[in-house]
Amino acid sequence: MNWSLFFNLLANGLVLGSIYALIALGYSMVYGILKLLNFAHGDVFMIGAFIGFFVLQGLGGAGNLSVPNWVAISLMFLAAMAGCGALGMVIERFAYRPLRNAPRIAPLISALGVSFFLESTALLLFSARFRNYDPNFRLVSFDSGVTIGPVFVSSLRILTVALTLALMVVLTALVSWTRTGKAMRATSFDREAAAMMGIDVDRVIVWTFVIGSALAGAAGVMFGLVYGQVYHLMGFNAGLKAFTAAVVGGIGNIPGAMLGGMLIGLAEAFATGYLPQGSTFVDLYVFSLLIVVMLVRPSGLLGTRAIQKV
Amino acid sequence: MALPERPDVRDRPSIGVDEWVARHGERRVRRTGRLAPAFRAVERIPPPARIAPFVALAALLPFLTSSDYVISVGFDTLIYVLLALGLNVVVGFAGLLDLGYIAFFGFGAYAYAEFSSKQFHMHWPTWGTVPIVMVATALLGLLLGLPSRRLLGDYLAIVTLFFGQAFVTFVSNANRITPPGHSGPVDFTGGPNGIPNVDPWNLFGLKIGSTKGYFYLALVIAVVVMLALYFLKESRTGRAWRALREDPLAAELMSMPVNRLKLLAFMFGAATAGLTGTVFAAYQQGVFPSNFDVPLLITIYAMVILGGTGSLVGVAIGAVTINVLLEILRTADQARFVFYGFILAGLLRFLRPLWALAAVLAGAAIFGIALHELVPHVVSGATGGTAEGGGWLSRAAHAWVLLPKNGTLVGNYCYVGLVGLVLLLVLLRGALRLVLLAPVLYLAAFVWENRLVQEPSITRLILLGAILVVLMNARPQGLLGTARVEIV
Repeated sequence: MNWSLFFNLLANGLVLGSIYALIALGYSMVYGILKLLNFAHGDVFMIGAFIGFFVLQGLGGAGNLSVPNWVAISLMFLAAMAGCGALGMVIERFAYRPLRNAPRIAPLISALGVSFFLESTALLLFSARFRNYDPNFRLVSFDSGVTIGPVFVSSLRILTVALTLALMVVLTALVSWTRTGKAMRATSFDREAAAMMGIDVDRVIVWTFVIGSALAGAAGVMFGLVYGQVYHLMGFNAGLKAFTAAVVGGIGNIPGAMLGGMLIGLAEAFATGYLPQGSTFVDLYVFSLLIVVMLVRPSGLLGTRAIQKV
Repeated sequence: MALPERPDVRDRPSIGVDEWVARHGERRVRRTGRLAPAFRAVERIPPPARIAPFVALAALLPFLTSSDYVISVGFDTLIYVLLALGLNVVVGFAGLLDLGYIAFFGFGAYAYAEFSSKQFHMHWPTWGTVPIVMVATALLGLLLGLPSRRLLGDYLAIVTLFFGQAFVTFVSNANRITPPGHSGPVDFTGGPNGIPNVDPWNLFGLKIGSTKGYFYLALVIAVVVMLALYFLKESRTGRAWRALREDPLAAELMSMPVNRLKLLAFMFGAATAGLTGTVFAAYQQGVFPSNFDVPLLITIYAMVILGGTGSLVGVAIGAVTINVLLEILRTADQARFVFYGFILAGLLRFLRPLWALAAVLAGAAIFGIALHELVPHVVSGATGGTAEGGGWLSRAAHAWVLLPKNGTLVGNYCYVGLVGLVLLLVLLRGALRLVLLAPVLYLAAFVWENRLVQEPSITRLILLGAILVVLMNARPQGLLGTARVEIV
C-alpha cells in the first residue's frame, strides 16, 4: 500500500471535510429549528467567497498587500462572516418569515427561488468567469508546513482545519452555555412550548440564520484560499455535498453535521484516489453513499428517530 | 397605554375551517349580476371540454403565421406545458418536492436517443420505443423513491436534487466506461458532445420531419396527457393524493397506503417527463447534457407555481405565460415594453387612492428629469453610455434616465441598492412608502436601462428566482389554485 498517497488523501479529505462541515452546520441548525431545508445556504457560501475575494483585492491583491498577511486573512474572514450573517438575516426576514405558517412546501420553493436569485445576481454582478483568489499561495505559503511521517502538510491546510475546529468549539460553547444557545436548543426541541415559556422564537431564528450563514461565509473564504478559484456556481455543488453531509450525520444535530462533513470530505478524497475513474464520478460515489446511509440509518448517523406527535 | 401586540398574532390562521367552507360555498352561490348567465353556462360544460377552445386556437397557430420561429416557440411552449403537467402530479397533487424531475426528462430523451440513433446502431420503431421508455422512466422514479419512502418529504428533495446532479455528471462522462467483462471502454452517451442524429418520430411509416409536424404531435400529446391527468385527478387515487397533500398523518389514519401513493405520484410524474423527453430528443435530433440543467428545473417550478399547484389548466396557463414572457425578454425593445408595462400594471393594481398613484408617477417623472438635467453638470461621465434598442419607448426612457459612461459598474452598484430599497419598501408603511416609491421607480428604470436590458439571458434567470419568492410570499396557491383550508 502506498502510504504517502493515503496520507495525502487523508489531508485532502480533512480540508474538504472542514469546509463541508462548516456549511453543513448552517443547514443542520436551520433544519433543527424551522424544519426547513435552506437551499439558499450554498449560495450564501458563494457570496462569502466573493466577499473575501473583494476584500483581498481592496487591500491590494495577494501579491502586494498594504497590510501584513495575517491582518489581511483576518479581515477577509471577518468581512465574509459579517456580510454573510447579514445576508442570512435578510433572507430569513423576507423569504422565510412570512411563510412560517404556510404549507410545508411553500418555504422550500421560496428557498429554491432565493438560491436561484442569488446565483443569477452573482452572475450579473461578477460575470461567469473564474476569479483567481490567491494564485501563487502568497497569503499562506504552500511550501511552509510540517512533515508528519511520510507526508508533508502545508500550513494552509493546517490553518483551514485548525480554524474549523476553533469555530466548532466556539459554536458548541455558544449553544451549550449561553442564554441564546439554551433558547436555540429549547426552540429546536419544541417551538410552541418554547414560545409559551417566554422565549422570543423570532429572535432565536434570526440568530440561527446569522450564525449558520457566518459559518458558511468563513467556509467560502477557506475554499477560496485552498482551491484558489471562485465562481458564481460554486455554491450549488458545495451546498449539495454539505447538505448530504448534514443528512448523513443526522440533520438537526450539530455534532452530526461536523461528523457528516468530515465523512463526506474523506469519502470524496478517497474515492478520487482509489475508486475507478474516481475524479470524474466522485459525485456518483458520494450519491451512492447517501443512498446507502438512508437505507441503513434513515435518521442519519447521530440522529434520533423523531416520534411524530399529533 | 397601548397594549402590546399578541405574540402569536401572525401565526394564527385568519379563518377557521367552517368559515372557509361557508365562504367558499357563498362565493359559488353569489355569482349574480350581468355575467352570471355566462358563468353558469361555463359551469355546465364538462371540465374536460373546457380546454377545447384553447386547443383549437393553438391548432390554428401554424395557419396564422408562416414563420418557423414562431412555430418552434409554440413547440417549446407545448413541451413546457407537458413538463409542467407532469411535475404538477408530484408537486401539486401529492405535495412532494421532486428536484430531480429534469433528470427524468433527460433520461427519457437519452433513452429514446439510444434506441434510435447511430450510438448503438439501433433504429427501433417509435411505437415500440416510447412505451418502453415511459415504463423505464417510471421504474427509475420508483427506484429513486424507494430509499426515501420511510422519510419525510424533505429527504426526497435532497435525494432527488442530488440525483439530478448525478444524472448530468453521468451523461457528460459516460463516454469511456469499461463495463465488467468487456475489453476497452464503451461510449454510452457521447459524453459532453451528446448524441447527434437522433431519428425522428416514426409512427407506422409516417415520419415527422417538420417543425409544424412536431408542433401538432406535441399538441396531441399535451391534450391526451391533460385529459388522462384530469381523469386521474378525479379518480380514487387522485382524491387520495390530495388528502395526502393536505395532511399525510390524517390520510394514514384513514388507512390510505401513504408510501405507495407517494411512489405512484412519483412514477406518474416521471413517466410524463420521460414521454416529453422522447418528443424533445426527436425534435432536436440530438441530446446534450446541457439540455437538462438546473435553470430548466427552476423554470418549470416557476410555471407550476405561477399557474397554481394542483390545477391542470392553471399549470398549462403558467407554462404558456412564462415561456412567452421569457421569449419576449430576448430582445431589448420588446423586453422594455414588458418591463414598464408590468411596473405600470402593478402600480395600477396596488396603489390606491388614484391621487397617490398620480403623485408617485409625477414624482418619479420630475425626479428623473431633474436628475437628467442637473447631474451631468456636477458629475463628469454621467452621460455618454450606449443606449440599447430603438423605438419611441426607448427614446422616451433615455430622455429620462441617465446613461453613464461606465454603465456596467454603476449599474451593478445600483442593482444592489435597488434590491435593498425594494426590500425596505416591503417593510415600510404609509406615507413614507409613497415618498420612497418615486426614487425607487427611477432607480429601477436606471438599473434596467443600464444593466439588465443588456444582459437579457441573466435578467430572465433573476426574474424567475424573484417570481418564485414573491409568489410564495404573496399568493402561495398561484394564480388559479384554490386557497388551502387552514386547520386550527
